[in-house]
Amino acid sequence: MPSYLLEIIVLVGGLVLLLLEAFTSPKKKSVIALGAIAILCIALVSLFFAEKGFGDENVELTRFYAFDPLARFFKLFTIVATILALLLAINHRKILSKFTANPGSEDGTGEYYCLFLFACAGMMWMASAKDLVSLFVSLELTTITSYILVGYMRRNVGSLEAGVKFLILGALSTGFLVYGIAWIYGATGTTDLAGIGARITEENSTYLLFGLALILVSLAFKIGAVPMHLWIPDVYQGAPTPTTAFLSIASKASGFAIAIRVVEPFLNSGTDLAVKTTFILAILAGATILFGNLAAIPQKNFKRLLAYSSIANAGFILLPLAAWQIGTDELTSKQVIAFYLAIYLIMTFAAFFILAVIHRNTGSDEISAFEGLGKRHPLLAFMTAITIGALAGLPLTAGFWGKFLAFKSAVDAELWVPVSLGFIGVAAGFYYYFQIIRAMYWRSSLNESSFEIEPIALRTIVVLTALIAVLGFWPQPVYWLLRNIA
Amino acid sequence: MSIILILIPLIAAFAIMAGLGRAKSVATLAAAANLLLGLGVVFCWKAAIWDISFEVLSKPSIHLALGFYDGMSLVMVILSVLVLFTAVMSGSCPEGRERLWYSSILLIGAGGLGAFLSTDLFFFYAFHELALIPTFLMIGILGSGERKEAAWKITIYLALGSIILLAGLVWLVSASGSETWLFKDLLASSISAGAQSGIAALLIVGFGILISLFPFHSWAAPAYASAPAPVAMLHAGVLKKFGLYGLIRLYPMVSTGMQDWLGWLIVLLLCNILWVGFVTINQKRLDMMLGNSSVMHMGYIFLAFAALIEAGSFEANPLAKPAAVVLMFAHGIGIALLFMLTDTIRRKTGTVELAELGGLAKAAPRLAFLFGLAGMASIGLPGLANFSGEVLVFLSGFENYKGEALGCVQVATVLALWGVVISAVYMLRAYRQTFQGPAVDHTDSGHVNDFGPYCQIPACILAIALLVVGIFPNSLLQFMEEPETAPTEIEQASN
Repeated sequence: MPSYLLEIIVLVGGLVLLLLEAFTSPKKKSVIALGAIAILCIALVSLFFAEKGFGDENVELTRFYAFDPLARFFKLFTIVATILALLLAINHRKILSKFTANPGSEDGTGEYYCLFLFACAGMMWMASAKDLVSLFVSLELTTITSYILVGYMRRNVGSLEAGVKFLILGALSTGFLVYGIAWIYGATGTTDLAGIGARITEENSTYLLFGLALILVSLAFKIGAVPMHLWIPDVYQGAPTPTTAFLSIASKASGFAIAIRVVEPFLNSGTDLAVKTTFILAILAGATILFGNLAAIPQKNFKRLLAYSSIANAGFILLPLAAWQIGTDELTSKQVIAFYLAIYLIMTFAAFFILAVIHRNTGSDEISAFEGLGKRHPLLAFMTAITIGALAGLPLTAGFWGKFLAFKSAVDAELWVPVSLGFIGVAAGFYYYFQIIRAMYWRSSLNESSFEIEPIALRTIVVLTALIAVLGFWPQPVYWLLRNIA
Repeated sequence: MSIILILIPLIAAFAIMAGLGRAKSVATLAAAANLLLGLGVVFCWKAAIWDISFEVLSKPSIHLALGFYDGMSLVMVILSVLVLFTAVMSGSCPEGRERLWYSSILLIGAGGLGAFLSTDLFFFYAFHELALIPTFLMIGILGSGERKEAAWKITIYLALGSIILLAGLVWLVSASGSETWLFKDLLASSISAGAQSGIAALLIVGFGILISLFPFHSWAAPAYASAPAPVAMLHAGVLKKFGLYGLIRLYPMVSTGMQDWLGWLIVLLLCNILWVGFVTINQKRLDMMLGNSSVMHMGYIFLAFAALIEAGSFEANPLAKPAAVVLMFAHGIGIALLFMLTDTIRRKTGTVELAELGGLAKAAPRLAFLFGLAGMASIGLPGLANFSGEVLVFLSGFENYKGEALGCVQVATVLALWGVVISAVYMLRAYRQTFQGPAVDHTDSGHVNDFGPYCQIPACILAIALLVVGIFPNSLLQFMEEPETAPTEIEQASN
């Protein structure tokens, strides 16, 4: 089965759902989300039977679309992330409908679930993009959908403000991207990423570097790295929680998917340009780690803390990209990035599900909302502790392995400055993540009443934290997912 | 098979968390089983049946590898099972918090055992971290006094130490070019002299924070003073030894690099012994005094390590490693006993301020006797375990002395001898103020009860261990015999 059918399944499924949405009862719009999950499950199963992209008979399309192990991994990642985001959205529907529809009705929420499918299709295409044109088109499909997802709660000022901020900065970064693509096309005469590597000469390397720098700025917006990181805290805080989780995980991952594709020809070229690209990436990594972790320290709001943590994680994932190791006995940089992202998906979704539960019960996203959780709901507190430990990178949780491998590849590449900044970042991370554990166990709450957790959220959190614990001891299953990536 | 030693407390901890069975019974049963198993292992620890190895990640190659790497592991495992059992038995759990209390103790114990049983560098590190989390939580939740500040301080300090240590370990493995993280592969590889120096610095600072090496020691005393007794026993007795164990284990890989830092290390360890020693004399509370004394005694073990660095290899100073190991064991048992007894005093009188105590010996003669015994051991009285350790340490300092001018290690040894006097001052003074003199009324009835039988068992186990190793140090030293070393040499030294 050709792999492009996967995107078609998701996209057509999304359109059909959008039509069906008009005929569903206003009180039960979440059935649309279940339909979307069903479509994604079909795509997920089909992914295992997909074997090739466009065949030789479609030469023109072949150059836009790759189906290699890297693309397969990121498609899998995107589908799983979207399913989890939809589960979170179902769990979150009461708050969503509060700001979109009249009381007692969920009328305004149906389209919300469909939008995830369109964004997912765009991200799946991004994973396969191997030409600057297809890269741009798929990126825009995702980004424009994301604008709506962020500003969806139209009666909530925070959500609208976040939407506007996201739109303006997103448009700006799109401008950077197009301008960069134009420079690269002008310097090499091709938009095919594989062809660019072969056409690097001493004469055009300055133009290429300029073009690449512009593209990196726009990719930094996508992955949430310095210098385009300023939107993240406000947008994450204002957007509906499922959107925030989706942006923080799926969007970041697909940003890294295309970042790998874009920098690969430059880093593999063996020219002076490769050294300069490494240098830029190392600076971005170091600055992002430092900013994300240090700015997270004074945060009092958990959602905002997760936003800064998401910036910090972008920095950690940039480390292996800057280290760029291929063809060694060790894991290649692409594998390390994939490894990190796979684990990041599990622990960040766990954190967002926990956040949603806390918000529903206390009506607050502040860290102080966690106070006394150790007594009010010991199981949730225990699972939160595991998740927080993983985010901080404690050994024997899954979170440790991502950071460990990222650091190891940077140490092997002898990037000493970013590595030392990274260790400062991890140490700062212990401080701000442990504030939550401190609040849960060391502080007591005025309200001693028990928590209500919807079964769907509880089950998801249990599964995700169990994964964190098992993969902490035994990370080999993650390796199996990505061993074919070259 | 050695994974059973870790699984018993681990499974028991999860069972308690899940609410299966009575927490105290489950914990005691698990710890007792572990104690019997751990002591039984002594007779067959060299058998291959104990080793397991399971690859958890193929690139980089990391194994869940457990077993007795050498006699040092065995001695540490014996220490861990002893302290774990007594920690479970002792202490008073606050009403209604049994599940947290006992599961945390068991988790700490499992982590400590895992670290000492690991024959893979990664799991060696990771198990220790596993043990630290419940330690922090217990101090913060169920500690006494300034528990929140103390817990936050120890968390930040030890997390920082762990990060620095991890940086050193990653660099170590990366520079060695070893294909796996197994000790046997790592120790067979070599590292260039330039990298060794940097790695050695990171290891000394990283492990040093975990061991409370001066000037990174200020977390220790407040944390032990606030911690619930079993946690203080397990951390001071077992977990703190992780750092020294790690330094000695990894020493052959960075033997050249360590020499660059020998001077610094000697200054710092003398500060541990003398500076912290004087600080200890000045303490007004029994628990703070014990916490500081435990920091001080780390200096002696570092002295053995400094003698090892000066000699350049295990073979060149065959006394250093056994000396460190015996003293680690002796200190672990002794400090655990002291913390246990101090907690008993706190419960019976409601205070640990030295000025408010007095005359307890009349009301509680057995408590006084055991405290006296442990105090004497801590000073280094012959016939008790610490004496064997300290004598070996001082002898190892002079092992390579050829009768010429004193080297820096020898000077340090001579200065460190004064530490024994300092110990005698604070320990005897504390004993006098607590147990001698006019009795002070603390309870409504005006009468303090002596030990109940249930509390006596763990205290007696530790006291017997102190006596056995003190009178017959070969009970531990026999495990430390390396194939190259002539056994007679060690025996002579210890007698």
